[in-house]
Amino acid sequence: MANENLNTTASTESQSTSTEDPTSEPLVEQSISVDSERSHTTANADTVIESRNLDVYYGETQALQGIDLAIPENQVTAMIGPSGCGKSTFLRCINRMNDLIDICRVEGELTFNGKNVYDDDVDPIALRRRIGMVFQHPNPFPKSIYDNVAYGLSVQNMDVDVDAVVEESLKKAALWDEVKDQLDKSALNLSGGQQQRLCIARAIAVDPEVILMDEPASALDPIATSKIEDLIEELAEEYTVVIVTHNMQQAARISDTTAVFLTGGELVEFDDTNKIFENPDSQRVEDYITGKFG
Amino acid sequence: MSTDTITSRPAGLAARERIYKYVLFACACASILVTLGIVGLLARDAITFFTAVNPIAFLTGTEFNLSRGEFGVLPLLTGTLLVTIISAAVALPIGVAAAVYLSEYASDRMRSVLKPALEILAGIPTVVYGIFALVYVTPFLRVFGLPLNTFNVLSASLMVGIMIIPMVSSLSEDAMSAVPDSLREAAYGVGATKYEVSTGVVIPAAVSGIFSSFILALSRAIGETMIVAVAMGSRSRLFDFSEPLANLWRGNQPMTAAMVQINGADSVSGVGFQSMFAIGLTLFVITFLMNLASNRIAARYREEYN
Repeated sequence: MANENLNTTASTESQSTSTEDPTSEPLVEQSISVDSERSHTTANADTVIESRNLDVYYGETQALQGIDLAIPENQVTAMIGPSGCGKSTFLRCINRMNDLIDICRVEGELTFNGKNVYDDDVDPIALRRRIGMVFQHPNPFPKSIYDNVAYGLSVQNMDVDVDAVVEESLKKAALWDEVKDQLDKSALNLSGGQQQRLCIARAIAVDPEVILMDEPASALDPIATSKIEDLIEELAEEYTVVIVTHNMQQAARISDTTAVFLTGGELVEFDDTNKIFENPDSQRVEDYITGKFG
Repeated sequence: MSTDTITSRPAGLAARERIYKYVLFACACASILVTLGIVGLLARDAITFFTAVNPIAFLTGTEFNLSRGEFGVLPLLTGTLLVTIISAAVALPIGVAAAVYLSEYASDRMRSVLKPALEILAGIPTVVYGIFALVYVTPFLRVFGLPLNTFNVLSASLMVGIMIIPMVSSLSEDAMSAVPDSLREAAYGVGATKYEVSTGVVIPAAVSGIFSSFILALSRAIGETMIVAVAMGSRSRLFDFSEPLANLWRGNQPMTAAMVQINGADSVSGVGFQSMFAIGLTLFVITFLMNLASNRIAARYREEYN
């Protein structure tokens, strides 16, 4: 299993390096390789999530300023930027996770399938059932592996064959082979990487449309990270994935579209990942991704 | 510069450090020594009592009456048990529910008002609870047609329950607040409601702390003296199984109240007086076993959940 995934990563990387257009002058040298094979243009995909003039405040502090962006369906959209730039805040607006913070205030519009999620008649519980989330640190419940995956099904009273859904979700999360003989064991005995894939299985078990990922690999070692990255690319065939990451190489490898937030909660550039990493419009973005600041 | 800045030590520093260590050690030992001393004296006087009264007769006797020389501890034990069960039935559910509210539902402002208020409840002298039970609770319950005697088990036990609510809620709330937010977010993330997060995630993850609060509160109920001495009368009664409810309407005397009564009697010697120590030792053994059990159970759950 481990070897297989490693090979996949290796081949993906060599492929992408070889398909790079020799005439283009990538701003970032070899360190960042763009996976051009999977890239689609934003134009021909439907928009699932769209924000218009979105402002977010924590008390008196403004965390996001007039964000406008449209997240395309069944693609991986990456949000990159330095710490404190508001990228996680934006992610947490999408499924209204920010509701849990008393002092957080949201203005402007953020639509999911055309409906403003901050409308009074939107139930955040129902919203979160359509938009799953994976967090920075693996956070399995102190329950068995099986119960972790089945948790969402039970709170949503879903009338499904729980055994089958648990198996399918674990398979999609590339974890089934490693845990199929120990489903009743505590999830806390798994390694960090396995726990994170379990959390992904938990998120997809309830069949959401969108999966939000808040730096899902930042607490993991390189091998576990590459497994998660492969998994994210597979998930994008079925789900819309929005991922926040600190790791620019990761954004370049796995995303189709990239949003660059810079300090002050400002969306500086939002475009095709290739374009962002090879020929960004903004000098600030160029400086950021070439490591001159941030 | 020279090496003597790191090799030479100011004179007397080592000696002072050693003195600090011994003083701190003595303080740490003091409470243990006092406890051991109390238990030792308790045991010694209890043994003197048991030379006069057969321990079997003490433990199985169904009558406790000083003037008639009957020293059966069973009526006192069932009295204590009754108080404990009723007060637990009041305090555990309310305490945990209050803790869930404080930790999961209340806004920061609400919490900053409610938590100190609950802690004030814990600061009321227990004799006040006792008088309150006697003067207000019993007449109030009679309004609902309960055939309560002036001194009765129900009012006193309810007040004991109310007295220990802050203990349960405060300690349980601490345990629930210590549950990492990442677990709550995980549950909210798959569409759980606040109630589902509270009952399905937070309470199970905090169960060892909640359990510890139960045991501490129960130990407190078992050892509570003033409320029961004031509001439950001074006649011990063995639990009457033929009329279970009637046990609540009548007065009773748990172990603690019996000890107070013995101590208040004139003689400070003799078998009657020494029976106080035997009862005290029994009480100690019960609470000691409970604390032991609570540590065991808490440790087991901690393994499972952390």
